[in-house]
Amino acid sequence: MANIRAFIQETITYQLIIMFLNHIREFCETFGDIAYRFIQVIKYLFTFQINRKQLIEQASRFAVDSLPITLSIVSLTAIILAMQVAPEMVKQGGKDYIGLLVALTMVREIGVIMSGFAIISMIGSSQASELATMRVTEQIDAMNALRVSPFKYLFLPRVLAGFIMMPFVVIIATTTGILAGGLTAMSAAKDVTWLCYISSVWQGLYIRDINIMLLKAACFGGTISLVSSSCGYDAKGGARGVGIATTKAVVWSFVTIVIIDAIFAAAFYF
Amino acid sequence: MSIQVEYLTKIFDNKKVLDNISFNVEDGEVLSIVGFSGSGKSTILKILCGLLEPDEGSIKISEGDIAMVFQYSALFDSLNVFDNISFALQERKEFKGMYTRQDLKEIVKKSLNTVGLSGIEEKFPHELSGGMQKRVSLARAIVTKPRYILYDEPTAGLDPVASTVIEDYILRLRDETKSTSIVVTHQMSTIKRCSDKVIMLYDGHIVFRGTPNELLLQDNPYTKQFVSASIEGPMKITADSF
Repeated sequence: MANIRAFIQETITYQLIIMFLNHIREFCETFGDIAYRFIQVIKYLFTFQINRKQLIEQASRFAVDSLPITLSIVSLTAIILAMQVAPEMVKQGGKDYIGLLVALTMVREIGVIMSGFAIISMIGSSQASELATMRVTEQIDAMNALRVSPFKYLFLPRVLAGFIMMPFVVIIATTTGILAGGLTAMSAAKDVTWLCYISSVWQGLYIRDINIMLLKAACFGGTISLVSSSCGYDAKGGARGVGIATTKAVVWSFVTIVIIDAIFAAAFYF
Repeated sequence: MSIQVEYLTKIFDNKKVLDNISFNVEDGEVLSIVGFSGSGKSTILKILCGLLEPDEGSIKISEGDIAMVFQYSALFDSLNVFDNISFALQERKEFKGMYTRQDLKEIVKKSLNTVGLSGIEEKFPHELSGGMQKRVSLARAIVTKPRYILYDEPTAGLDPVASTVIEDYILRLRDETKSTSIVVTHQMSTIKRCSDKVIMLYDGHIVFRGTPNELLLQDNPYTKQFVSASIEGPMKITADSF
């Protein structure tokens, strides 16, 4: 019997199943940890003991530091979109709808999700590695030993900064993207004028779309900070542990915001 | 009894790092915990400090604040010395609004003076030497006037002179603050100079308990091997020991 068991345990299928189950367990653990920390953040939020200095520092990092890369990515995406769509739409007689198409795409989807991706790579990864370094150098232990909650001192300002600042980043990035798309459309198709482009922007774009975009941006911002901080907080080991935690934070943040995006699409546009 | 530890057990990855450990520390005493690396010394401190939960056993501690000095200082590298030392006073709920900025400056200055430093409030941890970082870490620990101070290898990585300075501060803090201390150390000079009592851990068990003199003189095979730093003896050197 023992021989059969040992034989089964050595098979590749068995090992793959075990690996798969371990991944599922790890997924559930990470999800549970993030959920628990979210509850802790909410709990501390309602004690109104927010470290203003930390909040301002994190908000500045979130909005100011990330803005150049976010603007570049979102604008370039809008330019690429306009380059591909404008000539085709003019050919099909839809030049009056180029602005509408670019604006709707940017406001409903591209502006927010691309800003999210930019912020994950710029801010999320840095938050994760910062907390992971604090973990492996025992700074988080020291904080706990001093009876100061890391959820209050580290998580709350980061999550709040993300929640508050991300809508500002997204609105600036999306506006820039729409304008850049207009300039590109004018260059790509001769018949398109600036006035024609701008007036078409408002044809199918409603305040509701902008409100949903801002709400989604706020959720993305808070989520990116929460997931990144949580993955960094769980780091183990030395430099390798910091690297693993940062990678995990980026992957988890990407997946999480795409899921939230899908939930928003289903809830408001389906 | 100031600290009473009974039947403490801690398991990591199916391995009993601590196995039914019991010991007491009286008020104002300095207890040294010695043993190989990986013998569970730091785990005891982390359990006492509330950073880890024991799997079994109980800890009774008379009322009072506990502070811990970490092996590699664990100063917050994004904060300067002033903010590091005053961190607990600025952030802990019970101290909120109790001190003005001027009060904090005075308290930090006094704490730094206690550990023989001054004028470094604006410096960041990376601008300090290892010995200075340890002393700032001590200053941070004592700022809340703790009744218990836990030292995790306070002289690790320091030269002999800097080690002596840190040992002096451990004694001075005990005398000035009347605190009860537990020191995890490998260093014989720290054991001899600072301790009232010593316990020695091996393989999750206490293999010696007594005074520093008894550690040096007693005919115990474990202590003999430890004191003579010999690889021959009952304590087997494994990869975990380094």
